[in-house]
Amino acid sequence: MTTQLALSQLLNGLQLGVLLFLLAAGLTLVFGIMSFVNLAHGSLYMLGAYFGAAAFANTDSFVLAIIAAVGGAGLVGLLLDRFALTKLYARDHLDQVLATFGLILFFNELIRIIWGPSSVFISAPKALGGTIDIGGFTYPSYRFAIIAAGLAVALGLYVLIQKTRVGMLIRAGATNANMVAALGVNIKWLNTLVFALGAALAGLAGVMAGPIVSVQPGMGEPVLILTLVVIIIGGLGSIRGAFFAALIVGVVDTLGRAFMPTIMRSLMERSTADAAGPALASMLIYLFMAVVLAVKPQGLFPANVAATR
Amino acid sequence: MSGTKPSSLWPVAIQWSAPRTVTAVIIIALLAVLPMIASALESSYYVSFATRVLIYALAAIGLNFILGFGGMVSLGHAMYVLLGAYAVAIPASHGVTSGFIHVALAVGVCVPLASGFGAVALRTSGIAFIMITLAFAQMLFFGAVSLKDYGGDDGLTVAARSTLGGLDLTNNTTLYYAVLVTVLLALYLSWRAVLSPFGLVLRATKSNPRRATALGHPIFRYQLTAYVASAVVCAVAGVLLANLTLFASPAYGAWTLSGELIVIVILGGLGTVFGPVVGAIILLALEETLPTLIDATLPDYKSNWMLLLGLFIFFVALLLKRGVFGSLPASVRGERSKPELP
Amino acid sequence: MSALVTHALVKRFGGVLATDHVSLTVEPGELHAIIGPNGAGKSTLIGQLAGEIASDEGSVRVLGVDVSRMPTHQRAQLGLARTYQVTQLAKEFTALDNVLLAVNARAAHNFRFWGNAHDDDAAMQKAATALAIVGMSHLHHAEVGTLAHGEQRQLEIAMALATEPKLLLLDEPLAGMSQGESAAIISLLKSLKGRYPILLVEHDMEAVFALADRVSVLVYGRIIATDTPDRIRENAEVRAAYLGDEA
Repeated sequence: MTTQLALSQLLNGLQLGVLLFLLAAGLTLVFGIMSFVNLAHGSLYMLGAYFGAAAFANTDSFVLAIIAAVGGAGLVGLLLDRFALTKLYARDHLDQVLATFGLILFFNELIRIIWGPSSVFISAPKALGGTIDIGGFTYPSYRFAIIAAGLAVALGLYVLIQKTRVGMLIRAGATNANMVAALGVNIKWLNTLVFALGAALAGLAGVMAGPIVSVQPGMGEPVLILTLVVIIIGGLGSIRGAFFAALIVGVVDTLGRAFMPTIMRSLMERSTADAAGPALASMLIYLFMAVVLAVKPQGLFPANVAATR
Repeated sequence: MSGTKPSSLWPVAIQWSAPRTVTAVIIIALLAVLPMIASALESSYYVSFATRVLIYALAAIGLNFILGFGGMVSLGHAMYVLLGAYAVAIPASHGVTSGFIHVALAVGVCVPLASGFGAVALRTSGIAFIMITLAFAQMLFFGAVSLKDYGGDDGLTVAARSTLGGLDLTNNTTLYYAVLVTVLLALYLSWRAVLSPFGLVLRATKSNPRRATALGHPIFRYQLTAYVASAVVCAVAGVLLANLTLFASPAYGAWTLSGELIVIVILGGLGTVFGPVVGAIILLALEETLPTLIDATLPDYKSNWMLLLGLFIFFVALLLKRGVFGSLPASVRGERSKPELP
Repeated sequence: MSALVTHALVKRFGGVLATDHVSLTVEPGELHAIIGPNGAGKSTLIGQLAGEIASDEGSVRVLGVDVSRMPTHQRAQLGLARTYQVTQLAKEFTALDNVLLAVNARAAHNFRFWGNAHDDDAAMQKAATALAIVGMSHLHHAEVGTLAHGEQRQLEIAMALATEPKLLLLDEPLAGMSQGESAAIISLLKSLKGRYPILLVEHDMEAVFALADRVSVLVYGRIIATDTPDRIRENAEVRAAYLGDEA
């Protein structure tokens, strides 16, 4: 019974982890290549969920919902890159933080105006509505699908970045943007591509999370902060680091939330433990991050020296 | 050069007839008589609103010390406001109402905590520093949520304002003046510190940390000291905030509040001592008037004023490089005297 | 006692040996120059000596003290002062404030929050003197970002001198200078020679041969010869490895 529980919590952790990876991949690439801090990345995740929910409500098709989310968030990312953020790339991190902080407030309110303050509904595709049974162990198929989709995207990103010319440019850009520009590559175009790709991945994460979280204004911020923790632990600008750190954070956070109350119940009164447990579990990953940074200030898998400026 | 001391090789920083100085003096004078104006208008609301503005200004003065002069972008300073607020609320819930104890507790917890957080955060710099300070603030936020016995998520109300010797803080005007004096004290202290030998090194760590180190300055010590000092100012702001609202909740440490503090500092003018006061006045006045303005034009969207605030902040970051107060000339003749002040 | 002794100093970047078992000395009052083609590892070596770049192997002794594991600021406090090839200044400060920052680095009690830094007459006087030595007395209140390149290079040297150094590391002080500016720096370096032990990394051959007591030639991280300027000029290996390309 406890093995059951532990196993399913572990899978929940992996599932959170792959979602975090989808967000972290874009954020860390954008940081690596443009040295740009995008706090509004969580807003793209939220937009993805809403675009998906809107498409789903109109068509009842989850596939179309995914297309709408990925395309919509990617498009918003493209527009942001081209029209709103270009001037900020050369500015210091403080201005970037401030401007994208403003964008978060803007997008949250925009969503509230269009879709209202309460949460909207999107359900998992019918084919994935059930559970999967492996030798007596059951687990929701949809969550399995998220893990599989996330890993597939991770693999795709790996191929894109390691095996293609565009990927080579992205890697080179993350190490030395000036060098890439000197090679005659249009760095602006590369920036836009990376930014839109990151936005599309965030949108994908949003729509995939839609059926299992509450789709509402402000849903992006808690996820954003977890994502920031991920890319710091992983090492700024490092995709590989983002992948491992996302899984670690997902699992640590989920297991912490699941088992912390139980552990605490043995230490204190039940009601207090039940209330305080989840909150203390939430602190766990930040403690973990502090320990990682205290030991390795560059993160677990530092991408390169330049990106940690 | 006006006001050059005979033995000094340097122009004195304050030029009394400079636009910045004049503006600062006018603002301080207006703040000093504000309760009288409010009572003449029979509108006591303005006193408590102005108190809130000044408390935000105080927290921003704390943040500005490291952000404006040390180049440390902390996106987590609201956590120290949270700490200060709970240093009032928790003892108060046990019947301890002494303001001296509240302040002592706030400072006593803040110093070791900020030293620890600062020591870890300062191992990083730039973007990682921003994010790690944010993460520490989240940690404290969830820590406060976990305090089930003290209201958890909902926070807890404070039965009465702190007692502070002969000062009767239950009187709104008295509380206002107590806050105003604290703000002026913080301004004076940070001004002195910025111009001091310590401040010279602190500003150098912002401008060129590599050079400061190569010259032989142990910059970590300077940065950490500044970080802790700035945290203490925010904790004191938290003590005052709990007194004003008679309430403390995890929301006081929300990362959006940390963001707002940065907005205030930038809006006022990075690297000016008095800027945070101007920034706090502008931001809070905007938050106060925007809903009313929208109500007058598009009543359906009254509750959506944050949309405009978000755009406002975005454009401040994009366009307002030196801030409102920072854009005023600091000297009469256009010669830039460095540590620009109040 | 030698002002500087390095023993078999090594730095690797990935698989590349940037510094290949470098051993050299700077004697009291000596001006020891290091020359070498671009990418020879000169700035890496200076970084290792100053403590900004951690060495993988070997040791560094400054005035008899082993500083191999010492952080940058402590080495500076021992009396090791450096200039940078790419100027490193507090750009928003005035020239005098930059030098004052250097003077204060030697102050026993600089951790003071109260008095105005500009009211410390003794420190201000020292700062003014250092600026005077490099001929910048008229530029006290100029914001550094507005100074000409040559003036910024001079300011670098003024800052190094203001720390009352016991050993000077000068990283290409003539880099990017006009002829006139170079002449001024060269005569400045001549006036410093003998008063401080100096390790001079420089590209300008003429200047090096005119100034140096000894010259070391660094090629691919390795010192291939150390000798008097005249003998270095005659050294066949050096000519082949380096001077040939230049001439």
